[in-house]
Amino acid sequence: MDKFTTLTGIAAPMPLINIDTDMIIPKQFLKTIKRSGLGVNLFDEMRYDDDGKEIPDFVLNQDAYREAEVLVAGDNFGCGSSREHAPWAIKDFGIRCVIAPSFADIFYNNCFKNGILPIALPQEQVDVLMKDAEKGANARMTIDLETQTVTTSDGESFSFEVDPFKKHCLLEGLDDIGLTMEKAGAIDTFEAHAAQARPWV
Amino acid sequence: MSPKTLYDKIWDAHVAHEAEDGTCLLYIDRHLVHEVTSPQAFEGLRMTNRKVRAPEKTIAVPDHNVPTTAGREDPSNMTEDSAIQVAALDKNAKDFGIHYYPVSDIRQGIVHIVGPEQGWTLPGMTVVCGDSHTATHGAFGALAHGIGTSEVEHVLATQTLIQKKSKNMKVEITGKLRPGVTAKDITLSVIGATGTAGGTGYVIEYCGEAIRDLSMEGRMTVCNMAIEGGARAGLIAPDEKTYEYCMGRPHAPKGAQWEAAMNWWKTLYSDDDAHWDKVITIKGEDIAPVVTWGTSPEDVLPITATVPAADDFEGGKVGAAQRSLDYMGLTPGMPLSEVEIDTVFIGSCTNGRIEDLRAAAAILKGKKKKDGLRAMVVPGSGLVRAQAEEEGLADIFKEAGFEWRLAGCSMCLAMNPDQLQPGERCAATSNRNFEGRQGRGGRTHLMSPAMAAAAAITGKLTDVRDLM
Ligand code: SF4
Repeated sequence: MDKFTTLTGIAAPMPLINIDTDMIIPKQFLKTIKRSGLGVNLFDEMRYDDDGKEIPDFVLNQDAYREAEVLVAGDNFGCGSSREHAPWAIKDFGIRCVIAPSFADIFYNNCFKNGILPIALPQEQVDVLMKDAEKGANARMTIDLETQTVTTSDGESFSFEVDPFKKHCLLEGLDDIGLTMEKAGAIDTFEAHAAQARPWV
Repeated sequence: MSPKTLYDKIWDAHVAHEAEDGTCLLYIDRHLVHEVTSPQAFEGLRMTNRKVRAPEKTIAVPDHNVPTTAGREDPSNMTEDSAIQVAALDKNAKDFGIHYYPVSDIRQGIVHIVGPEQGWTLPGMTVVCGDSHTATHGAFGALAHGIGTSEVEHVLATQTLIQKKSKNMKVEITGKLRPGVTAKDITLSVIGATGTAGGTGYVIEYCGEAIRDLSMEGRMTVCNMAIEGGARAGLIAPDEKTYEYCMGRPHAPKGAQWEAAMNWWKTLYSDDDAHWDKVITIKGEDIAPVVTWGTSPEDVLPITATVPAADDFEGGKVGAAQRSLDYMGLTPGMPLSEVEIDTVFIGSCTNGRIEDLRAAAAILKGKKKKDGLRAMVVPGSGLVRAQAEEEGLADIFKEAGFEWRLAGCSMCLAMNPDQLQPGERCAATSNRNFEGRQGRGGRTHLMSPAMAAAAAITGKLTDVRDLM
């Protein structure tokens, strides 16, 4: 998995609440059996019209935000379907960090498995970051995972919470499965015990 | 011993390893797999030379992206991408030696209907699937939740999931339901009351007289939509109805094992003085038949209400409500019962079980759908379909002018060709009314099977009580 340490980049503002995974990547793009190549269809139905032409109003179609690496959004980001295609599409587009007042649980977890940092901050702080993002390409936000801070282009800083284990894995680019396999002994022991206690399972 | 909730008890029984910071490896008893969220996980196993750790606990069935029309056993009758995903699942099931129900098998169906039906889902288990509606299995008192594809790979390889414990939330529905009110109205009303993020970070236990009174099927409908309320999982403590449902199912325990299982299952309830981080109580009598008006499952109103205005809301919801109204093409103040529809979809893991089809057929019996309206029933599994045919329900639907389909997810997520056209409005028994969910530009109103049947007859959102 790709490491995430610090990032200084353009942030795209999307001041909408309840951005669901169907919006992030509509189901017609779930037909792939690969993880890559979904970036062009990120936010597809908001981004392109019926003829497949770009809708100029949509934030990621504006020149200032084509290279965005951060997304600032409203409450309950990533709700809905568990599709990991959502973080795959976000990452494939080039976005490595999403900031919102809150996230849906499964999406939040899925981000960490893909080297994306989701940051939940209080609404007032997200409002400040949203304003900063609206300044366009010259305003670059800095996210430092080690110190757990987001800094606006004006130098205003907010600190954020992140689970220490998830932080460690992201900083080091560690693969969960490999880590869990190191605990195979514990799993073996559990299985032996469960086979006695609940043999019908 | 300190008092525990049902969630605490199941959790404690499945922790295989706990790190100092509280991160746990939770052992998984049943892993359900389908064709859309698993190919990349199996690809990952192959690339790293890993095996499926417990193939006997892993069950695969294609459902999301399969056609629900006749002839689908032949891949040339599938769209190319469906055929590729189904072929990949066929191959992965075979190569890794996991249980499999192909489209040609009468037991095939929506993964969350097949699991309980075959007795894979049992009380006290941990159940996961790469699909958010895994919460359905919580109706059995099983801790069940959706996972992403990386986690699918993790469970395949290790039979565990890296988890931190959620908080406990109790949702109590007291008293009796009024006539015409169903499990779907309960679950939508709860989301209407708590919002789609109200359950985030929690596992919900549903309890109270109105929940006890529900059949297993109704309980599955309630738990199914726990995820729409933001919760990781929904649970209902097992009772006699649960045991009766499980008994004799192909993969349920038998004989002495059944007795042993029952002994444990009977301990699976929340202790009287257990701690709850959040409690919600709703009176069963206060729940009306509801529909959704917007593009979030929390946009719930009784069918007798009128379309709201954006400034009825506060904060970020004002903009969201305006966007919903525009998308849905609705004018504030209009009675919901005057909203005309083009399509009726009865099916999905929320409402594709036999009882749902019975409820819809009871309303449709001897009646016809409105002219010009498209209506379809997609049974949740091949076995549900066969039973509905045996009970004569299929004939009622066909005589009413409904298409009678093969089992699958179909228009619930519209990956297969069953889709709404832009601007088309659908009365649906599924669980998500997001923009574009049932087809680009399509407009979805969620409701119970009986309400969907009523809408099919009148061509409008309809109070089913007027037809009862
Ligand atoms: S029926 Fe709908 S909600 Fe249920 S598993 Fe299929 S797509 Fe998901």
